[in-house]
Amino acid sequence: MNREAYEAVIGLEVHTHLLTRSKLFCGCSTTFGAGPNENVCPVCMGMPGVLPVLNRRAVELAIRTGLAAHCAIAPYSIFDRKSYFYPDLPKGYQISQYETPICKGGYIDLPATENGEPRRIRLTRIHIEEDAGKNIHGENASLVDFNRSGVPLIEIVSEPDLRSAEDAGAYLRQLRAILRYVDASDGKMEEGSFRCDCNVSIRKRGAKEYGVRSEIKNLNSFRFVEDAIDYEVGRQIEIVEGGGKVAQETLLWDPARKETRPMRSKEYANDYRYFPEPDLPPLIVPAEMEEKVRASMPELPADRKTRYVRELGLTEYEADVLIADRDVADYFEATLPALKNRKSAANWVMTEVLRVARDSGESFVEAVPPAAEVGALLRMVEGQKISLNAAKTAFAAMVKSGKGAEATIAALGLAQVSDESAIAAACDKVLAAEPEKVAEYRAGRDKLFGFFVGAVMKAMGGKANPKVINDILRAKLTG
Amino acid sequence: MAGTKITLEQVRHVARLARLEWSPEQEERLRADMDEMLAYVDKLNELDTKEVAPTTQVGEAGMPMRDDEVTNRPAAEAMLANAPSSERGYFKVPKIIE
Repeated sequence: MNREAYEAVIGLEVHTHLLTRSKLFCGCSTTFGAGPNENVCPVCMGMPGVLPVLNRRAVELAIRTGLAAHCAIAPYSIFDRKSYFYPDLPKGYQISQYETPICKGGYIDLPATENGEPRRIRLTRIHIEEDAGKNIHGENASLVDFNRSGVPLIEIVSEPDLRSAEDAGAYLRQLRAILRYVDASDGKMEEGSFRCDCNVSIRKRGAKEYGVRSEIKNLNSFRFVEDAIDYEVGRQIEIVEGGGKVAQETLLWDPARKETRPMRSKEYANDYRYFPEPDLPPLIVPAEMEEKVRASMPELPADRKTRYVRELGLTEYEADVLIADRDVADYFEATLPALKNRKSAANWVMTEVLRVARDSGESFVEAVPPAAEVGALLRMVEGQKISLNAAKTAFAAMVKSGKGAEATIAALGLAQVSDESAIAAACDKVLAAEPEKVAEYRAGRDKLFGFFVGAVMKAMGGKANPKVINDILRAKLTG
Repeated sequence: MAGTKITLEQVRHVARLARLEWSPEQEERLRADMDEMLAYVDKLNELDTKEVAPTTQVGEAGMPMRDDEVTNRPAAEAMLANAPSSERGYFKVPKIIE
């Protein structure tokens, strides 16, 4: 199979829950993990005679996302009914937006990688809609929980600008970072608050027209998205190479068997008979509302990166690692007060702190010691009160004990000795014990200097300030 | 011209989408009804609306919105009270085959 002769064309549709307290059209809680059907009411259960009332915060969060992704905000949009029958959809239709999404166009920039230049992925649209309930399939019956019914979602639709599984992964990571920066979503895939449909087709490299695409539904991890696209691209190339034609169909990814398979149950579901929702007036976003949201926007990842490079002197790579997660970037900045060396703080967060977070399996914020304590530790290194190695030892202890930097340094006796008379005494002892080496050094064997420093450090139990040792030894040996 | 717009196949397609089953007589009656409806819409199409924006709602004052506050208390039992079948707090439905 000649994979190189083909190019994949991929577009993604991402559904993400908006971080609101209440549902899109009623005052039910959106809390994850409640008991079955606890957070439901006649509105989100689709009882006769109820009317939806739109949640303002959901609209604001959709606008925030749109502004962050450089979309045009529609001053006038309407909601539509998307009709299909499924037990998790109590009204028999989902309130969504069809021809008039609240955000149009826009783009997301992907950072440069080892394999390529920075890329711009265009967006088609972002629209607001409500989520459906959740089915649990049993042996003889299915059970339905409507807690999720009516939870606000936005769907973010990209143009078919992605060319590989790797591209798709990079796009999703960038998109999730933006959603978290603007507080629109927590991006928790394991709680189903971030789900993805992939449209995949292939064409001969250099061809202009698109091939027939298949749609892989409902992927809920970055890994699955990448695996499913890789598999599907290979499958389509095999079909075409074998003289066949790719069928336009809806597929499901089977993560256990690592293959896509056609979805049977919703075969008639593609006829959604959209029409304007008669229960909701048009959604009008006046210029003042857009401006108010714009004024409340936080610094976005791209701006933060520029600031880190220009003002803090970090490399592009260092900035990329730090901004990828808003929690990490905020943490880094919280270590900075009263520190001169920003780069050492960046390195510390990228290596020591991120390692702890990775190894713990907990969320970043839960796993790591408070940023202020790490800042205090780094200030002690800068003030030569402790060595860098001592700081690492102290940090590991702080992760375990939860104690502060000062207390840990004191408890472990890690403070560096800068007392010149103590160090001078140790130097005298070492020099007195090694008269031959002293003579060799004075005769020109400069390399021996390191030996003397090591011997003094050893005599001081590793806690002496190396700079002070250097100065005193040099004075004594040349004097 | 009534009687030529809607086919029986289309009637069956719409019925299938709505999970409804009709007898052949009912299908024919529905086909005729739907034909008449379309004929009526054709009558409306005689108006030139090229310069008129589509109206989806007559009240164009805009959308009233609510603040993002939780105002409902959990009432799972009341919500399940009218369910034909339930189990451990869930609505129970015939097995869904994926």
